[in-house]
Amino acid sequence: MAGSSCVEARQFIAPDMSAKPFMLLLEDVNKSFEGFHAISNLTLYLDEGELRVIIGPNGAGKSTMLDLITGRTRPDSGKIELGCSSDLTRMNEHEINRLGVARKFQTPSVFVDHTVLENLLLAVEGSRSVWHALFRPLQRGQKTRVEEALETIGLKDRSHEKAGLLSHGEKQWLEIGMLLAQNPKLLLVDEPAAGMSDEETHRTGELLISLAGKHTVVVIEHDMNFVRQIARKVTVLHQGTVLCEGSVDQVQNDERVREVYLGRKKRPAVGGVKC
Amino acid sequence: MNLAGKSYGRLEAMVMASCALLGLVIMPVCNAFVPEGHLLHVSGFALGVYGKYCCFAVLALSINLLWGSTGVLCLGQCLFFALGGYAMGMHLMLMIGKLGQYKADIPDFMVFLEFPARYPETGGLPPHWIPFRSFPFALFAVTWVPALVALAFGYFAFRSRIRGVYFSILSQALTYAATLLFFRNDFTFGGNNGLTDFKTILGHDLNAPGTRRMLFIVSVLLLLGVYGLCRWLASTRFGLVQRAIRDSENRVLFCGYSTVHYKLLVFVLSAVIAGVAGAVYVPLVGIINPSEMAPDKSLEAVVWCSVGGRQSLVGPVLGAIGVNALKSYATHSYAEQWPYILGVLFIGATLFVPKGIAGIPEQLKQWRARRALKLANSLPRT
Repeated sequence: MAGSSCVEARQFIAPDMSAKPFMLLLEDVNKSFEGFHAISNLTLYLDEGELRVIIGPNGAGKSTMLDLITGRTRPDSGKIELGCSSDLTRMNEHEINRLGVARKFQTPSVFVDHTVLENLLLAVEGSRSVWHALFRPLQRGQKTRVEEALETIGLKDRSHEKAGLLSHGEKQWLEIGMLLAQNPKLLLVDEPAAGMSDEETHRTGELLISLAGKHTVVVIEHDMNFVRQIARKVTVLHQGTVLCEGSVDQVQNDERVREVYLGRKKRPAVGGVKC
Repeated sequence: MNLAGKSYGRLEAMVMASCALLGLVIMPVCNAFVPEGHLLHVSGFALGVYGKYCCFAVLALSINLLWGSTGVLCLGQCLFFALGGYAMGMHLMLMIGKLGQYKADIPDFMVFLEFPARYPETGGLPPHWIPFRSFPFALFAVTWVPALVALAFGYFAFRSRIRGVYFSILSQALTYAATLLFFRNDFTFGGNNGLTDFKTILGHDLNAPGTRRMLFIVSVLLLLGVYGLCRWLASTRFGLVQRAIRDSENRVLFCGYSTVHYKLLVFVLSAVIAGVAGAVYVPLVGIINPSEMAPDKSLEAVVWCSVGGRQSLVGPVLGAIGVNALKSYATHSYAEQWPYILGVLFIGATLFVPKGIAGIPEQLKQWRARRALKLANSLPRT
């Protein structure tokens, strides 16, 4: 059932590529918190290896969307599937993570009492079972993966320092490093550039671009310069639903997007903004 | 690449080494070979007291495993301690044989409570007591009874994501309920008198100096063993996950770990450790009754941990031994005031030495560094 609807959707959207399934599919997803519709009829498809940037004003439902995908909250209705086979609406956080969905939180959430190295060891790809954690030593592949991640995030010489001693930007990088060590299929990155200097932001952008292709990457961002640097395809969320999708220029020149960001124009649109 | 947790302080190494030296060599030797009345003589009574402290230290380590390392505060840890104690007590009770007051085959309280009328087919012994005639079975029960209780309680609590103070309150309710249950005479565990008047263990007279010495050595070995186990656990990836759960359980979930499994294993393990400590405690003190599992006992054990310092492994050991030594002294001289002393100790530790006794060296170092900085700033600039 799940598979067929996924394929149908794929044929409907892009009939020429019907052989390749979507990485992530959200269809008619709804979620409300005590009457507030955080997400309403959200439909979104992600291709494998895509780098998608999601923007939207405050309260557009961006972080809630990530919560729904990662199992932190469950949708009231709708479909969320990974790779046309796994129904994410019925799974726990750790089960979804093990399918290869990794998330970087908005505020850096590394383990501050652990060293940089230990943070990466916790995240590194491999078995999560109690038994293996107790008795199986670190595999060679895991070691090289952790070393690669240390290299990439430039914290190699600080690997034995406590993560709590890192600067804000370095913590952000460490968390990105934890995602890398995990080698996920789908990376969900919530405001990676927040609190970073211009140079750090630029480096983060380059890193994310280099990840696309091997991984599917979803980036939520506010900083438009950063968005312009990395974005291929941008999705604008507004009031919990997709306002429009397209390239950065398309989106920036879109009337509705301008309205949403800069406030309504003289004529109040009847029934709110429609896509 | 090495995992942290392997680098532990000098203080810890020193304390544990001196524990081993004192407990395994010096004290038994001074007890056995130094004549009575000599300055260096350690009496059998003193050995019993220190053995008791060792059991308390093991109990504190079990709380620390759960609270200090995993962030789960169980206010009912003495339930597991007492369950282990009861399992051992049942065996010792059956070993009294005909030496009791009533010269009967069954323990005295069973005669007194007219059990022969209730269980005529076994001569008055309740059926679940029968296997406790065997010492190996009793030893086995010392571990699996607490483990089973912890498994059942922990499974439902952790699966329902009961955390923090809610878990603490629930665990306190559990131990309170168990206390009330054990107070009942018809629960077949001796009611409020509990189990006492033990005579022999494995055929040896419990009051003989040699037996007391052996029991003391066993308690020291247990302490060292449990300490080693905790140390090893902290050095594995399991220990990493454990501490990560303490600091941010949600983040651990998003790293793909099923925190329920990890917390459950820690909970069961700490219950087993507490149970074993209780089993060694009972022959040392010669009695087990429901007041051992009353909520205030568990609270007291939590105070040992926090006074000693729950961020380290040696802290709970120092706390348990220190606070109990103080208690022995205080209840002797100021019996009425003991609860107040304990309360002040807890508040004082929380306010002034948040990392406990074990954290004092580090705190002093920071204090000195701050003072040096202040001094440097106050000097006139040239």
